[in-house]
Amino acid sequence: MLGSLVLHLVLLLVFAPLWLGIIIKAKALFGGRVGAPLLQPYYDLARLWRKGFVFSRTTTWVFLAGPVVGLLVPLLASLLIPFGGIDAPVSFEGDLILFVYLFALARFFTVASALDTGSSFEGMGAAREVTFSCLAEPTVLFALLVLARLADGLSLNQLFGDHLGQAWQGGAGASLGLILVCLFVVLLVENSRIPFDDPTTHLELTMVHEVMALDHSGPLLGMILYGAALKMMVMSALLVRLAVPWQTGWWLTDAGLFLAGLVGVSLLVGIIESTMARLRMPRIPQVLIGTSLLSIFALVLVLR
Amino acid sequence: MNCPALITFRPGTWIALADSPSLTLAHFRASLLAEIGNGARVASFFGQPGGEALDLFAILANDVRGELGLLRTSIGKSYPALTPDCPQLHLFERELAEQFGVRPEGHPWLKPVRFHNHWVDTADLWGRAAGEHPLAGEMNFYRVEGEEAHEVAVGPVHAGVIEPGHFRFQCHGEEVMHLEISLGFQHRGIEQLLVGGPHPATIYQLETVAGDTTVGHTTAYCRLLECLAGTTVSARAEAIREIALELERLANHVGDIGALAGDVGFLPTASFCGRLRGDYLNLTAELCGSRFGRGLVRPGGVPCALDKTLVATLRQRLETLEPQTRGALELCFDRPSVLARFEGVGRVAAADAEALGLVGVAARACGLSRDARANFPGGRSKGHFELPLLETEGDVFARGNVRRREVYAAHKLLNRALRQLPEDHGNVPLGNLAPAALAVSICEGWRGEIVHTAITDGKGRIARYKIVDPSFHNWSGLAMSLRGEQISDFPLCNKSFNLSYCGFDL
Repeated sequence: MLGSLVLHLVLLLVFAPLWLGIIIKAKALFGGRVGAPLLQPYYDLARLWRKGFVFSRTTTWVFLAGPVVGLLVPLLASLLIPFGGIDAPVSFEGDLILFVYLFALARFFTVASALDTGSSFEGMGAAREVTFSCLAEPTVLFALLVLARLADGLSLNQLFGDHLGQAWQGGAGASLGLILVCLFVVLLVENSRIPFDDPTTHLELTMVHEVMALDHSGPLLGMILYGAALKMMVMSALLVRLAVPWQTGWWLTDAGLFLAGLVGVSLLVGIIESTMARLRMPRIPQVLIGTSLLSIFALVLVLR
Repeated sequence: MNCPALITFRPGTWIALADSPSLTLAHFRASLLAEIGNGARVASFFGQPGGEALDLFAILANDVRGELGLLRTSIGKSYPALTPDCPQLHLFERELAEQFGVRPEGHPWLKPVRFHNHWVDTADLWGRAAGEHPLAGEMNFYRVEGEEAHEVAVGPVHAGVIEPGHFRFQCHGEEVMHLEISLGFQHRGIEQLLVGGPHPATIYQLETVAGDTTVGHTTAYCRLLECLAGTTVSARAEAIREIALELERLANHVGDIGALAGDVGFLPTASFCGRLRGDYLNLTAELCGSRFGRGLVRPGGVPCALDKTLVATLRQRLETLEPQTRGALELCFDRPSVLARFEGVGRVAAADAEALGLVGVAARACGLSRDARANFPGGRSKGHFELPLLETEGDVFARGNVRRREVYAAHKLLNRALRQLPEDHGNVPLGNLAPAALAVSICEGWRGEIVHTAITDGKGRIARYKIVDPSFHNWSGLAMSLRGEQISDFPLCNKSFNLSYCGFDL
């Protein structure tokens, strides 16, 4: 128990920023550039951590709570899910609901800290963030219901157990394919990637997630960036397990397989970002309603 | 139908002030509106104090006939505004009110333009303290009231490396109901610096009217001086100026399309175009040593030696750049996800574009055939440029596509110009300027039509120099294009116009 807890946290804390580095590198290569070093996100975090705090006089403790909760939540959430073939250290019946709403908690604090600054930009970004994540929630829940139906259990460990391999080959392959796509879209939305948001833009009026962090700087910005990297890894972990449900039983090869899967997800995200433009803002809710419908359809397929 | 009050002329000829009658205000007004009704547009409109009264000059451009028209009148402390009948004058009249303290009665939108002190000693129309420099952006903004309306203020300090300007959005949720743009943060008083000239510093001041249009503004200035002095520059100098103008157009258009791609998050074109823009700027540097064309155009000619080896280098570099540029641009314009962002966004109706008097790329994207290269060709360049490249939709895509097609056309023009470069006849010394005269020069910069007007005094010195950058007409077009659009599309619309702040602020 303690061993797997340490392994989980070490994997998460050490590797999380690397995936961003891979995405940035992939985008640079598509753009014909050399790009920043693979480890640039780590250097950025180190640089931000050395800076001082700057607080606006209009802000309160809420402003500080956003980044802190945003960093802690992915850590807690990671303990509930299996990392590839490595089982989750904490597991209980119904933990999937806790998993989903832990992220809702983080979002609540991020939005609150954005509104705390009183900036019109941040208010706008907060409104967008809340709208989009409201619409992404049904997709996630229906996808988890599909898995729950296949697993006959209600803990994430069971949901993402080793029965998935047979399920892919059995009658549930179509459903699993659908929810894989849906969850990938949710991953892009929740982690503010193109085509839903542009993490590299400097244009406040077009931002969704980034604009809420405009007033955070130094270590607080570092916490937000690190928290975002952790969140991305936790959500990618679900995708990797869903797509590659094999395990060897030896923790070292399982961890290797898991990390290789994450490299694949990062490359995929990088390729999508390099070959697509952003969607117009009013299109995003339409896409999310589409994924909700797809995941309902996937549920219908396994219910028959 | 030609109004008898109107003096018509072509760019490249000057008019003696004594030959231009000062009309009565009613006659001036009627003639101006009649000309506008006949398809002319206001190219320039300015005042010049003459004794107690203020002489008012209107330069009208008729694109179909390729003719300019001059109307002149004289006004006192106030006059009935022309804007309600001719909306394209709204900024010109506000400018006049700010410079000379004359009140256009019935102007629907009388606010300061550049936030400077009056040029003459007079009472402030907005009740600002005398002797104190007004603060830029201090004015009453239009406001939408209501529970659900909210206001977003952007600038003057922006997140990107761009010039300062203040944008005030009145929004309902994500939808923009109204955008008001307040500029003037970079007002340097260039027009006043030019009075009494040409000074030795004048050409350097003209080079910085708008840093990205250096060749455009210096060409307009030099043509104006050469016209007033009666100097004819060598064919070679004219050809080199044309080459420089097209190089400037290439660099900026390619950079703009890259920026458009960057705004919708399409990174390959954004990075390729960033590199290509640098390559085009370097070609200008090969010509004159400055990437932005400083020192390239001088009254009487061009001081750069474009010898055979340099011509060969330029042609060879353009040959490599053309397919690369085509590749980068097609990559973006062939991508459905990019087109979904460009098409139908930031639309300006042709009627609005005409009423607001848009020029350049923005006008051509609405289907208005306004291109000084075709309609007002200077000197020998007649017939070099056939038809303006037009789009009809008036949206971001149209403005982008006009740029893309102009990039291809510029390559063709450059190729021909470099192949058929006339033999060198050297630079011609500039003579004395004609006294008590008025001259206008028009030059199609990459953004659009640049109009310079000069009035000389009895000794042949510049008494009034009026610069109209295309941005002066087109900022209203940007505000109009945002009506009913998503606020998140503002940066995209803004880039599709890519207007100059300092060219407006002067």
